[in-house]
Parts: sequence; C-alpha cells; structure tokens
Amino acid sequence: MEPMIRIENVSKTFKSKDNTVEALKGISLDIGTGDIYGIIGMSGAGKSTLVRCLNFLERPTEGTIYVEGKDLSAMSGRELLKMRRSVAMIFQHFNLLMQRTVLDNVCFPMEIAGTNKKEARKKAREFLKIVDLSEKEKAYPAQLSGGQKQRVAIARALAMDPKILLCDEATSALDPTTTKSILALLKDIHAKYGITIVIITHSMEVVQEICTRVAIIDGGELAESGTVEEVFASPKSRAARKLVYQGERKVAMMKSKRCIRIVFSENSSFEPVIANMVLECKASVNILLADTKDIGGTARGQMVLQLPEDVQVAERMIAYLKERNLAVEELTDYVE
Amino acid sequence: MWSEFQLSGAEISMLLEAAGTSVYMTLASTLFAYIIGLPAGILLVVCAPRGLKPLPVLHKVLDIIVNITRSVPFLILMLLATPLARAITGKSYGANATIISLTLAAAPFVARLVESSLLEVDKGVIEAAQSMGAGTWSIVCKVLIGEARVSLIVGSTIALGTVLGYTAMSGAIGGGGLGDVAIRYGYNRWVTRILYATVVLLVILMQLIQMAGTGLSKKLDKRLTD
Ligand SMILES: Nc1ncnc2c1ncn2[C@@H]1O[C@H](COP(=O)(O)OP(=O)(O)O)[C@@H](O)[C@H]1O
Ligand SMILES: [Mg+2]
Repeated sequence: MEPMIRIENVSKTFKSKDNTVEALKGISLDIGTGDIYGIIGMSGAGKSTLVRCLNFLERPTEGTIYVEGKDLSAMSGRELLKMRRSVAMIFQHFNLLMQRTVLDNVCFPMEIAGTNKKEARKKAREFLKIVDLSEKEKAYPAQLSGGQKQRVAIARALAMDPKILLCDEATSALDPTTTKSILALLKDIHAKYGITIVIITHSMEVVQEICTRVAIIDGGELAESGTVEEVFASPKSRAARKLVYQGERKVAMMKSKRCIRIVFSENSSFEPVIANMVLECKASVNILLADTKDIGGTARGQMVLQLPEDVQVAERMIAYLKERNLAVEELTDYVE
Repeated sequence: MWSEFQLSGAEISMLLEAAGTSVYMTLASTLFAYIIGLPAGILLVVCAPRGLKPLPVLHKVLDIIVNITRSVPFLILMLLATPLARAITGKSYGANATIISLTLAAAPFVARLVESSLLEVDKGVIEAAQSMGAGTWSIVCKVLIGEARVSLIVGSTIALGTVLGYTAMSGAIGGGGLGDVAIRYGYNRWVTRILYATVVLLVILMQLIQMAGTGLSKKLDKRLTD
C-alpha cells in the first residue's frame, strides 16, 4: 500500500552569513496510513525541522516529500494551503490564540477554511466534548492549565478534519501524569478516527507508550527505524541505545563492569528467574535498572544487571538466562 | 494676591475653545496618521526578510523613508509640509492646515509603533496558523492584529499623547489650539495666568487620553488572569 507520507532522501541546510547548519542529511522514511509513528532524537537532532518539512512550513533543500503520493514541491501556493488543511499540527507550547476564547480557538481553522460560523461553533462544541473541555468553552487560554491548553489544541486540530496529525514535542512541557492523559487521548482519537499520527519527542517513554513504529534521528541523520518492539528489544545504533537507557544515572556504573540487559517478552514476572539464577550460581548480581512497560499492548520488561567479576560465573549466568528463552544482550560496548 | 490669577469669563471661553481645537487637531491627525501608518507598519512586518511574505526591496524602501522622516525634527517637518497643507486646505496656517502637517509628521512614528506591536506576536501562534493553511491576509487580520490588539491600543495612546504635544508646538508656527494661545498670551504678552491655564488644560487632556487608553487595554486583554 502507498504510504501516507514518504520522505525521500531529504536534506535541509540552513545558511546564514557566517555559518551553515546541516539540520537534515539524506533522510528517507515511509510513514504508513494509520500508523502512530514516533520520531525520536536528542535536542538539536533535527526533529522539528523534519516535521516542519512534512507540511512544507520548511522546504527541504534536497529530496522529496510525498503526502498521499503527491509531491509537495510540485504544488502551487494555493494547493499547498489546501494540503495543509488536512495536516494538523500540535506543539510543545500549544500556540493558542491568547486573545480568543477556547471555543473561538477551536473555530479558528474552520474560519480559515471558510466554514460558516454557526456550523463551525456546533462542530467546535463537539470536539470540545471529545477532549473533555465542554465547560471551559468561554474561558481564555491564560485561565487553563498546560494539559487543558493541549486539549484545546487537540480539539482545534480535530476541527480541521485531518488525515495526519503532527505532534512536535506535544507533551514535553507537561508533567508525567498529564503526559499520560494526553497520550491516552491521542490513542483514543487514533482509534476513533484512524488518523495517521506522527509523534516527535525526545523521550523513549512517550514512544513506548503510544507508538507502533519509531525512527531515531541523530545529528540530522536517520540512525535506525523499525517497530517499537524491535528497537526497544535490540537497539542497534549508538543513538538508539542511548535513548533506550536514557534517564538512567546508574548507566555510568556500567563503564567498568560487565553488564547485561534482559528483555522479557512474555507477561511473566522476572523476579523469580533472577532469584533462582542467583541461588544456582551462588553469586550475587547488582540490579541497575528494572522496569515494565506496556508496548503495543503486550507487557515488556527490561532489566540491566551488573554481573560478578568472575568470568566463569558470569558466563554461567548468561547461559542460565538464555536457557530460559530470555533475550540477553551484553552491554560491554555501551560506554558513554 | 490671587486676583492676578483670576480668569475673566472671556478668557475662560477662549481657553475652552482652544482646548476644543487642540482635541480636534489631535484626534484628526492621529486618525489620518493611522490611515497611513497602520498599513505601512503591517508592510514593514510582513515584507521583512524573515516575514510572512518577504519583499526585501519594498521593505528597504519603506524602512529608509520612515527612518529619514523620523530623524527630521518635528517642527522642521511641519515647515516642510506647509506647501502641501496650503495645496490641500488653501491656507498655510490654522487648525486644518496644521492637521495635514501633523499627519505627515506622525505617520512614520505610527508605522514604527505598529511594527513593534506586531513583532511582539508569538512566532509559534503564527506558525500554528500557517500549519492550518492560513494565507498571509488571514494571518495579518486574524492573528497579527487580533493578538497584538492590546499592544496596538497602548501604541495609539502613546501616539495620541505625542500628537497632542505636537499640536502645542505647532502653535509656534501658526497652528491653532492651546499652543497658539500659550504663544500669543503667555510668550508674546506674558499674561502668566493664561500661560498656566494652558499648561493645566494640556495636563488634563494628556491624563484623559492615558486613562482611556489604559482602561480600554485592560478591558480587552485576555492574557491576564484575575
Ligand atoms: N531557521 C533556522 N535557521 C538556522 N538554523 C536552524 C533553524 N532551525 C533549526 N536550525 C538548526 O537545525 C538544527 C536542528 O534543529 P531542530 O530541528 O529544531 O532540532 P530538534 O527539534 O531535534 O531539537 C539545530 O542545530 C538548529 O540550531
Ligand atoms: Mg524541536
């Protein structure tokens, strides 16, 4: 099937008088219809530039973007405006009109598209209901919390009746609980309307929570892409590894010692396995990291263990875990 | 000893009439200055090199015109505008002739005020509107002007106050209003009580403009929560 968005060898170079920045270097990527596609990378990796290329707010210096098979660079100004009306976007800082009420903010895209006012208001109220903000329609953005502002932005995006929703760090300004509720809302909307969603983030947690596929951008280049499960279970590139273990301060300890990472693909609890391994090998291990996450509907656990210095004992432990069909990965090369 | 400050009935009615003329000149010239300055200010923002519709040549030309007119002292600009005032009103003195000169002197100032108000609008909101497929015209009307309205009102309060000051100065070269009265009685004949009265009236007018501007902008600003 034809992908919803095809990114073909896209490069973007920013030139100014005294320097040039290569923000994107030859990126190719297909985003399928109905995907929730994560694009993840560290700050400055080029994520925002890439997502702005998808609706031509930024024109690629080289390469082509196809949306539903149509080459954006071949479109006239008018056609571009029309195309943008089917590609909604939400932002880290919400970007609401501060001098308009919540209801008028949601009406805004319909006003631009020329929908009549009465119908626009009716539709806007429906969308406010979906994001659970009906009672705030007369409020102004300054009177809302961050999470509520993002809900208004989502209602405003839905008002465009979009085929694609681009989210640029949409949860990065929110606390963890609010982040969860916004992601849950996006999931609901995806299930209800089947919109293709592109999630730009610097957080692996967000990707694990909601995305089906993920691409990792590092220094303007595509480092790796695949299903979230694949990338999470065996990150190949350096950038991917860094992101999968991000936020883990103990990672520094892995430098000197031999460490392994185990991924539990089944629903099984992993504590008994480790306990039995310790009993059998008669040596203790240091647990550096352990958590479970719901990835694409199945529970996934990961654990990073620091093995004993004794090479034989360590080998036996690895063998023990592999016998129990666990994915074991050595982290000796993970030095940051 | 206060008797020398006592104004006669005739003097009071003359002063009030002059105050009325000042208000008329101020309002009319500011209005005309906005008719020229508002579009000019919008063009300065929209056609800037990183603006919505970059037109570098037009932007540069406008920028230079505004800079030149801004750097000529107001009184000299008024003198320069006298031939035009005469061509339009048939006279080179009096309230209506002064309004023409005042308009030309205030328009570049207004253009800069409008430009700086519009530049304050959050780039993110403009980007959001672009992502919705809004054209330049919609963005100017709905986003730039709508979001900057409070700042635009504060700017027009400043413009009114400045033009009021200009009308007083224009008295020196034959304009009407309080400045004219102050020059004729206060300076030429040294009737201090009339000089003081014009000052008091100008202060009151300035205060009224400021209060109206502040009141209106507070009422319209939805960014404040309380
Ligand atoms: N308009 C611009 N002009 C010049 N450089 C830019 C511009 N936009 C982005 N960049 C540069 O491109 C790189 C990638 O930026 P960005 O896409 O915002 O990264 P991210 O969103 O991943 O943090 C950065 O080095 C940034 O400084
Ligand atoms: Mg960014």
